Amino acid sequence: MKKVYQLLIIIAVFAFIPIASQAQCKSFAKKICKLELAPYIHDGNYNAAILTEGEDAELYKTFYAGQNYRIYICSSESLPGIEFQVLDVKRNVLYDNRNNNGSKIWDFNLESSQQLIVSLRVKNSEEENEELISGCVAIMFGIKENSEE
Amino acid sequence: MNLFRFKPMQFFAIVIALLFVASCTPDSKKEQQSDDIVTVDSLELNEQIIKDVKTVKAVFYSLPSPLETAMILKQAGAEYNPELLNSIDNTSKYLTNKKMAINLGVYTTDLSYASLFDQTQTTINYMNASKKMAEGLGILNAIDESIVERLEANVNNRDVIMDIISETILNSSSFFEENDRQALSTIVLVGGWIEGLYIATNLLDENANIQNSELVNRIIDQKLTLETVIKLLNENKDNEDVADVLVNINELRKIYNKIDISTSKIVPVTDKETNVTTLKSKTDVTMSPKTYKQLKEKVKVIRTNYTL
Repeated sequence: MKKVYQLLIIIAVFAFIPIASQAQCKSFAKKICKLELAPYIHDGNYNAAILTEGEDAELYKTFYAGQNYRIYICSSESLPGIEFQVLDVKRNVLYDNRNNNGSKIWDFNLESSQQLIVSLRVKNSEEENEELISGCVAIMFGIKENSEE
Repeated sequence: MNLFRFKPMQFFAIVIALLFVASCTPDSKKEQQSDDIVTVDSLELNEQIIKDVKTVKAVFYSLPSPLETAMILKQAGAEYNPELLNSIDNTSKYLTNKKMAINLGVYTTDLSYASLFDQTQTTINYMNASKKMAEGLGILNAIDESIVERLEANVNNRDVIMDIISETILNSSSFFEENDRQALSTIVLVGGWIEGLYIATNLLDENANIQNSELVNRIIDQKLTLETVIKLLNENKDNEDVADVLVNINELRKIYNKIDISTSKIVPVTDKETNVTTLKSKTDVTMSPKTYKQLKEKVKVIRTNYTL
């Protein structure tokens, strides 16, 4: 019977890991990711999730004409790396960080407002690990007033 | 059952197991919502996009935050008009979660709008109004006394003020996410979005030329965001308050459907010096003055209903 209780504790402890990770993800987005957006101001929206190597995520958002935007894909150091693209609604690629030295930052503006898709994928680790690596990935948006104002 | 009959190890294991069962509930709900995301097709996406969405681990639908809404307004040439703000005297009227969530969005948009026009005392007053709404919703520490004090200490530094506003929005949105209260989070965003539309539509006088106005263009652009609003609301429509809001937004959609928007292919052009890309494209819009009038009237009715 003692073993059953021990097993219950082990299962429960592992079950709590994602909850603790979610709280860490929030703290990571607030304390680390936000700083990288400067001189752009973070829009305040929280778009973050725990992802595992090989997994992907997508975000749909309207971007407005005349605004200056910075997209920053912020990920835990433990993750192997992030590939990300920005697509229009017909999924034409407008930006691909694989063509830009793997940069996690993209600054842009628009002549007319558009709904765009930010699509990202956590790379697979090059090292052979028995366990898959997971970590926080946050999609951050910075906005900036035009300097002539 | 006498709890003292259990040995500490057994008691600890049972408590942990019960907590585990409790903690599983929101996760399974999230999984259900995730399934809903890929089966509801209210967004005008083609079948290929829906197929792609099915394979992704996480899908986010992002609405403009109150801060972004205010910046869009200012960039489009909006002036500051304090008469358009929701009076802070109304805070005591908001007693339900729905009203507090909507007006947290409304007041946050108002304070963002005021801050961009350097209305520091108004910004502080509206931060206090937002604080009351956040406290009513149980959002602990989203807007605490130290935030108001930081605002007061930086009245002449717009960058710091905007950073503080951004931080409060992040505190609220992440709190809702962490506590599995996405329905309220959506209502807050919709409240802020409607307030932005209300301010924009009321800044133009009755006889303004709607054909050559950047502000009107940004109002029309909300047709794109409207689909995201509906998507988010549909995900949480089991919640009674969200269902109510969805009815209002669908009424607004009927008017927006009378506006035609067509866009040319987008061509990205990057400035090698600044490394900033411009997405070049042309958009053609058709909207009659009658439709604009209907839109303005509907926004007013919804906003009045939310803030009374």
